[in-house]
Order: sequence, then structure tokens, then C-alpha cells
Amino acid sequence: MNDATVAERRPLAAKRTEVVRRYVKPALFIACLLPFLHMLLGAFEIAGFRLGTNPVEKLQDTFGQWGLRLLVVTLAITPLRDWFKAAWLIHLRRMLGLFAFFYVSLHFLTWLFLDQGVYWPAIVEDIAKRPFITIGFLAWLTLIPLAVTSTNAMMRRLGRRWKTLHRLVYVITLLGVWHYWWQVKADIREPALYLGITLVLLGWRAWKLRRRSP
Amino acid sequence: MLIKRSEPGSSANILPSEITPESVYFNRRQLLQAAMAAGLIGSSWSTTASAESQVVDLQYTRNETFSLDDPPNDYLDITTYNNFYEFGIDKDAPVRNSGRFNPSPWTVTVAGEAEVTGEFALEDILKGHALEERVYRLRCVEAWSMVIPWVGIPLGAVLKRFKPTSKAKYVAFKTVYRPSEMPGQRFPVLKWPYVEGLRIDEAMHPLTLLAVGVYGKTLPNQNGAPLRLVVPWKYGFKGIKSIVEIRFTEKQPPTSWNLSAPHEYGFYANVNPKVDHPRWSQARERRIGSGLFSAKVPTLMFNGYEKEVADLYRGMDLAKFY
Ligand code: HEM
Repeated sequence: MNDATVAERRPLAAKRTEVVRRYVKPALFIACLLPFLHMLLGAFEIAGFRLGTNPVEKLQDTFGQWGLRLLVVTLAITPLRDWFKAAWLIHLRRMLGLFAFFYVSLHFLTWLFLDQGVYWPAIVEDIAKRPFITIGFLAWLTLIPLAVTSTNAMMRRLGRRWKTLHRLVYVITLLGVWHYWWQVKADIREPALYLGITLVLLGWRAWKLRRRSP
Repeated sequence: MLIKRSEPGSSANILPSEITPESVYFNRRQLLQAAMAAGLIGSSWSTTASAESQVVDLQYTRNETFSLDDPPNDYLDITTYNNFYEFGIDKDAPVRNSGRFNPSPWTVTVAGEAEVTGEFALEDILKGHALEERVYRLRCVEAWSMVIPWVGIPLGAVLKRFKPTSKAKYVAFKTVYRPSEMPGQRFPVLKWPYVEGLRIDEAMHPLTLLAVGVYGKTLPNQNGAPLRLVVPWKYGFKGIKSIVEIRFTEKQPPTSWNLSAPHEYGFYANVNPKVDHPRWSQARERRIGSGLFSAKVPTLMFNGYEKEVADLYRGMDLAKFY
């Protein structure tokens, strides 16, 4: 690579970062908020939005679905960056991860307050006795330290351990898929799709790691 | 408890042809198809519209003895929130995907251990029976419930006309298999066709209803048109829909959910707050229509019909025969 191309590329990369910061990230932020706004309007029946016949289930399922979707999207960022040589994608990862945590937390809070009505005997029994809930709960608990350590300051403080800690997101996503799979009554097509995607992303990581350290 | 029967010759005795006027179905269907072909109406609108426009008013008398005092759920809730996997697994899939289903004309095969067997037009099955309205609680195995004003006839009265023999210990039911009209049947989420069954004494119990309508009108497709079972003390999945076969058997017949997950769904499937589903509690239920912020209510033994049906299961271990 000669000096001319490097000189040309540097301002280009800087410009791209600027575009990502000023336009792409705010747009993504709003996009990630849309499902929440949709549910909020539905809950108060504003502007013709409704949550339908079973509003509690609607909220809980929608939040759970978006939590899982965003977890998978977050996992996909690094592979997509490499496949499409799009370095800027990495700037979106933290926001996506935090939104995943946001939706899973709403999913959990809907369950706690609206579904269970903060009725502790049933809550404790469900977490202790129903494996699919135990697994979901474990996944949510594990997400907390990741969310807490997502700041720049924490990244600096933890150094190399940060990366190790955040690899937990693979386990969390697998737990999330397992949790989904286990509560389905008969049609496992959707959780199977999530599992497939997660395994592909994971497999790609493993393959890359093995190539790097023969 | 006895069934309150209406007097013979009362206004409740209607001609079978009044229940399902084929011409109404036929004409509306053709009209819709023509409009759709002409591109006048979008298919998503027309499927919902045709499903709704097919229902017609019924004549019936209300059976107060067997009706709850609870206010029934809205017609909209009852007809848009359904588990009917033949049309898809989401709750709103049945109303969206059942527009092409044509329940008229309808034939039911009666077979097995009975003196009278064969194929019968729906009109002939219903002939001579007075339609009753009964407001029942419906408890889904997924821990939600509704209150529904069904219109139908006691199953026992219908079954007796086929003169079951002494070998008839059970009654098996089968749903129609029509993948071209039931998109959910194109993928084996369950083993199609859907099958269900009752012990003969359960089938003959005066609470067991063969329903043809809801809210005073014929059943919409998504609720199991034109003929479905309602067994109010059992979980909703026992209420097999769009029935095309009734078979008297000596042995306990297979049932769809039991085949799918035997450790989760038994043959009996009686509502029982003390016997949990392996993956969730059955102690409480969400009453549909109660809004976002109301708590779940306790589930009642046999869905509140304990006085009427507990005797059927005397001496049985209900945790074992779930
Ligand atoms: C990473 C964590 C989690 C993820 C990704 C997740 C995701 C999901 C998904 C995708 C569903 C299926 C929704 C549908 O049917 O459309 C679901 C259902 C469910 N989740 Fe979670 N979940 C998580 C944590 C939790 C936690 C912490 C709880 C409660 C302690 C919980 C309780 C439930 C329940 C009760 C259902 C069944 C809802 C129903 O029957 O409609 N989940 N979850």
C-alpha cells in the first residue's frame, strides 16, 4: 500500500465515522425504540393502537421477541463487519446490546408486575420449579453485569478481561433460545431458526479463532 | 342436575335448514370470490370479512340452569383470540386464515360400536333437537379463560339417537382434514387430522355440549364451524372443532395433544388447579378482558363445575390421570 492511498483513506474513514455518529446511530436509536413506542401507544390505546385481546401476553411476548432478536443482531455485528469489510458497524454494537437488555428487562418486568402481579409465592415457585423460567431468569441476571460494564470507562478499567466477560453474550443468547424453545407448545420452527442463526454466528467465531491460533 | 328442556313444539324447535341456510353461504362466497377475482377487494380484508359474513342468526332458548352469571366476553375477543392450529399457531391466525374455509354443506360420519352408523348431513344430526344457549367458562390449558355464550345441544341427546351398544365405552372425534382450506395443516405441528375423545359417561354428561353457535349466531370458522365440542370442566383443547367423525369405541381413543406431548397433556385434561402443567402453574388464570392491570384469578377445581362432575372421577388419582 503506498502513501497516497493511505492519505486518501484516512479522511474517508473519518468522514464515515462522522456519518455514523451523526446519522446512523440516532436513526438506529429511534428504530430500536419503535417496538417500545408501539406497545406504549397500545397500552394506553392512543392513536388507534391496541394490544388486542390479551394485552399482558402481547406485551410480554413482544418484549421477549425483541430482546432475543436484538441479542442475535448484536452477535452478528462482528461477523457482518468482517464479511462486508464494514468497520463502522462496530460503532453500533453497544447500542444494540443495551437495547437487547432494555427489552429483556421489560419482558421480565411485564412478567413480574403484570403477569404475576408481584405475587411472590408464584414468582418464587416459577423461577425455582419451571426450568424454562429458571433459564430465562439466569440469562437476564447474566446480562446485568454486561450492561453495567458497557461504558468506555469500564472498558478501560477492565482491559482484556472486558472481552472475556462480554463473551458471555453467547451463553446468554443460547440460554434465551433454549428458554424460548422450551416454552413453545408444539411449533418449534421459530426457536429453531434462532438456534440456527446463533450456531452459525458462533461457529464462525470458533472457526476464526482456530485459524488464528493453529 | 337435570337439563331444562324446552317444550316440544315451542319456538326453540327449528327446522335444520334454518340453522345453516346454504344459499346464504353460497351466495356470499361467490360474491366475494368474484370481487376478489376482479381485484376489487384485497385478500386480507376479504378473508376476515368472509369469515364474519358467513354467520347467521339462530333461534334458541337460554338454559339458565347451566349458565353462569358472569358477564360473557366480548364477541370480538371470542372470535379473534383462538387456538385453532389448523389455521396457524398465533391467536389471531384463525380469524385471519380461515376465510377460505367452507363449512357448508357438512357431513358427519358416525361409526363404531352403535346400531345406527353412516354418513349424516349436519341438518340431520341436529334435526329434532332444540338449540340452547349456555354461558360456560372456558379454561385454556395455557392458563387463560373466557366466559362464552355457546348455542348448541347436549351431546348425549344426539349420541343416544345412534344407539351405542354396550361395547361403546368411549367416543372418539375427528376434525376435518383440508390442507387447501386450512393452511396450518400443511405443516405437521400436530399430527393431522386433530382427534379427541371422551369416556362415554363424560360424553353423556348433561353439561357436555355439541355447539353450533356462539352469541346467538352460527359459529364463525375460527371458532370451529359448523360443529364443535364444548366440555366446560376440561381444558379448551378437548373442545374439538369442525367435527367430521364421531366414533364409538371400546378402547380409549388417541388424542392429538396427548400424542404430541404425553407427559404434558393427558386423555382426561380436567381443569385442576392442583395438578400443574410441567412447565407452568395451573393454580391461577388470566381472565381475558380484564385489562392490563388486574391480577390473575384462582382456577377452580373442574373449572367450577365440581358439583356436577366430581362423581365421574370418584376414586381416581387425578394427578395420575391428568
Ligand atoms: C435473555 C433473556 C430472555 C429472553 C431472550 C427471552 C425471550 C423470550 C421469548 C422470545 C419468548 C417467546 C415469546 C413468544 O411466545 O412470542 C419468551 C417467553 C416467555 N418468557 Fe422470556 N426471555 C428472557 C428472560 C425471561 C425472564 C427473566 C423471565 C421471567 C422470569 C421470562 C419469562 C417468560 C415467560 C413466562 C414466557 C412465556 C410467555 C407466554 O406464555 O406467553 N423470560 N421469552
